[in-house]
Amino acid sequence: MNPPIRWSTFAAPSRFYQLAGALNPWFWAVAVALAIAGLYVGFLVAPTDATQGDAYRIIFIHVPAAWMSMVLYLAMAFWAAVGWMFNARMGSMLARALAPTGAMFTFLALWTGSFWGKPAWGTWWVWDARLTSELILLFLYLGFIALQSAIDDVVRGDKAGALLAIVGAVNVPIIYFSVRWWNTLHQGATISMTAAPKMAQTMLLAMLLMTFAFWAYAFAVVFTRAQALALERERDTDWVRALAAKG
Amino acid sequence: MIWASWSDFWHMGGYGLYVWGAYAVCLAAMLGEPWLTRRHRRQALQAAASREETSP
Repeated sequence: MNPPIRWSTFAAPSRFYQLAGALNPWFWAVAVALAIAGLYVGFLVAPTDATQGDAYRIIFIHVPAAWMSMVLYLAMAFWAAVGWMFNARMGSMLARALAPTGAMFTFLALWTGSFWGKPAWGTWWVWDARLTSELILLFLYLGFIALQSAIDDVVRGDKAGALLAIVGAVNVPIIYFSVRWWNTLHQGATISMTAAPKMAQTMLLAMLLMTFAFWAYAFAVVFTRAQALALERERDTDWVRALAAKG
Repeated sequence: MIWASWSDFWHMGGYGLYVWGAYAVCLAAMLGEPWLTRRHRRQALQAAASREETSP
């Protein structure tokens, strides 16, 4: 009989490093395969939208990027809290590793939204509830990164960042429900997508494929960054020395 | 096939600038970030190795 897997052992940075190294090629393979499938369906199968023309094809990266920006923030706040409450080093490192990728997806959600807003609404930007709360999310990510890099003491930096991340998490439901709570410009565009049922199916498929591709991408990049952070923080330990000696 | 030709495809029904402007930046960011992150990890490993050589 196999011994039971003790998940807490992966909390040790050395074990995490190994696990991430073993999983990452798979995450990359999944990300590339799903992105190719998603772009194929999105550009060669999904028909032109009756009301929006081909501008709607931005949705296949816009919505996944926006979803990832929120999911990664919650993951960041979760791991920062775990690192703080349980003194789990790897939790704090994961929180730091998540922040730049989350910030990048937030930027992409805003950028692609802007390039969709111009043809759909006639403007690159409006101070609408959805857009403004997403912009605040970008500032929360940048504030988290700046705060942690401004504090030299690693443990204090982790704690200060955790506090900011947890308090800022209140913004995520605000973003998500903003289109319901306020009468925003953002809502109309999303609703027209479900107008024709057959069209919505291929559109939905492409959007979901791209979402899972982005998800796998986020795992791969965040794990790689967490590996780098673990190497830097644990540079005086035997496992890093052994890795460095191997080259 | 929904596109009659390549130029039709790039034109995107008149929305080429917006569609490709959004996708190009997305692609650049999602190629650049992994490159920078892998470099970060490589440099961290090299730093650990050089520390190994200088320490007694």
